[in-house]
Amino acid sequence: MMRAPDFRYYAARSVRDAAAALEDGGNAAMLLAGGTDLVPNMKRRTQTPALVIGLRGIGELRGVRAGGGGGGGGGGRRAGGLTLGACTTLAEVAAAPAVGRRYRALALAAGQVATPQLRNMGTLGGNLCLDTRCTYYDQSEEWRRAINWCMKAPGSNGGHACGTPDGASLCWVATSSPRCWAVSSTDTAPALIALGATVTLARVAGRRRLPLEKLYRDDGMAYLTREPGEILTAVHLPAAAGWRSTYWKLRRRGSFDFPVLGVAAAVRFATGGAVADARVVLGAVASRPLVVPEAATLAGSRLTDEAIEPVAEAAAALATPLDNTDFALAWRKKMVRHYVAGALRELRDTPS
Amino acid sequence: MKQTPKGARTRAAGKGTGAARRKTARPAAGGGAASGGAEAGARVRLSLTVNGEPREVLVEGYKTLLELLREDLGLTGTKHGCELGECGACAVLVEGEPVLSCLRLAVECEGARVTTVEGLAHGPDLSPLQRAFADKGAAQCGYCTPGILVTAQALLDRTPRPTREQIAAALSGNLCRCTGYLQIIEAVEAAAGTQAQGRGGAPDGRRDAPVQRRSEAGA
Repeated sequence: MMRAPDFRYYAARSVRDAAAALEDGGNAAMLLAGGTDLVPNMKRRTQTPALVIGLRGIGELRGVRAGGGGGGGGGGRRAGGLTLGACTTLAEVAAAPAVGRRYRALALAAGQVATPQLRNMGTLGGNLCLDTRCTYYDQSEEWRRAINWCMKAPGSNGGHACGTPDGASLCWVATSSPRCWAVSSTDTAPALIALGATVTLARVAGRRRLPLEKLYRDDGMAYLTREPGEILTAVHLPAAAGWRSTYWKLRRRGSFDFPVLGVAAAVRFATGGAVADARVVLGAVASRPLVVPEAATLAGSRLTDEAIEPVAEAAAALATPLDNTDFALAWRKKMVRHYVAGALRELRDTPS
Repeated sequence: MKQTPKGARTRAAGKGTGAARRKTARPAAGGGAASGGAEAGARVRLSLTVNGEPREVLVEGYKTLLELLREDLGLTGTKHGCELGECGACAVLVEGEPVLSCLRLAVECEGARVTTVEGLAHGPDLSPLQRAFADKGAAQCGYCTPGILVTAQALLDRTPRPTREQIAAALSGNLCRCTGYLQIIEAVEAAAGTQAQGRGGAPDGRRDAPVQRRSEAGA
């Protein structure tokens, strides 16, 4: 049987309350929303917070409401758009009429995370902050001890178990690498970045708002720019007028599995049918979601196969899958091209 | 067998005022495990409703709902599978929605309304869904069955006449290593037929059927 280690639990009553507890708790504290990421990690002893701060009871973190979608700081109420509380469950996000067709990539991404039971538990904010994943990391404590740990989870003795090499400083995926290559495995982040989302981070001293893309760093260990003491409280989407979007997910089974590739595409068509704006974002092929800059070259085109092909190729070149998830990495890289092209063709061929 | 690390501690959830919070949160800030050692083994008092009955328990703070149900309430119908959210064997209903009890912390179940497989039958009388599983041979080893039954029951409560696709989608979080799923889907379809002829929603005599919720509210 795999039990969680003991911990202190604190049921936060408000964002302010949770932020104060988080600041008090320092490095020993972690936030708990749906529990579908943290609890398995606690059982595997990859994350062992002494203090767990439960966000479940904070009403202001739940629900979907109109407005608040404008970019930039302030968080003032701007016309149009949508604000989703970070503790809204993935099932609620996927089923929300306000998300539905207008923010279709998000509905598709949220609706394909894990399984129905896990979507009833897991939250949008939790999926955005999902721990990076790796075949050398998402294992039991015994398994990891047997390979002498790794730099992302060096074990309670700091990795200095018997034998060599020193696991605490090693990435088994690329053994000469100075960094960790664990994979960003969130489905909703690529979708939300393609939809132009911003997020609010709250702490005792105040709030800040930043483009979702800027929440992520290309590092399997320090994969978020969220600072100690900060809580992701809300996701804001700009008005969706004129945009079409989709999300394609590659995985072995049609349920349960994390993505081995996620492709989010969003396109805004000008009157007359030419592309005014286009975004393509990749998930699960690096330690952070990857924005494909070449998507901008689609502007002015009619999303012909000829226009799509160079974007798909550029996306495949950008992706850096490594041998630490399911499937052969060469095939996964190849599939980037096909999935990006397929997603863009779907947007071209779907009547608005 | 039991892996309870030394030097860890537990504190009750949910009752904290701001002042109480500061008192309980401080030791963690003060240097982690060592300073909190005095609280090792502390238990949490919880009130929840399980299968229509109000229950009060003292439970170790590190336990999951699955461990609370099986070890503290003696409800062993709900099964341990992977314990990591990868199989669905431990599914139960919380507020009528299927969730995985292996990933839900017990301390987060204060006031929750939980339905386990034991709550489907009425005494010796199986629910229509359980009868259909027996009739159709939808269980072989039976280990995944409790999780599938409650998940399917939640579907039927919401969608009395689901399509095959809806049934497959609703059960896509439950692994079965024996049956190949076909009999399971057929059993849910068959149960949907009998239930819909009855009074829709909840099956006859289910202990946490909506009719009985009023009495629970005062408990």
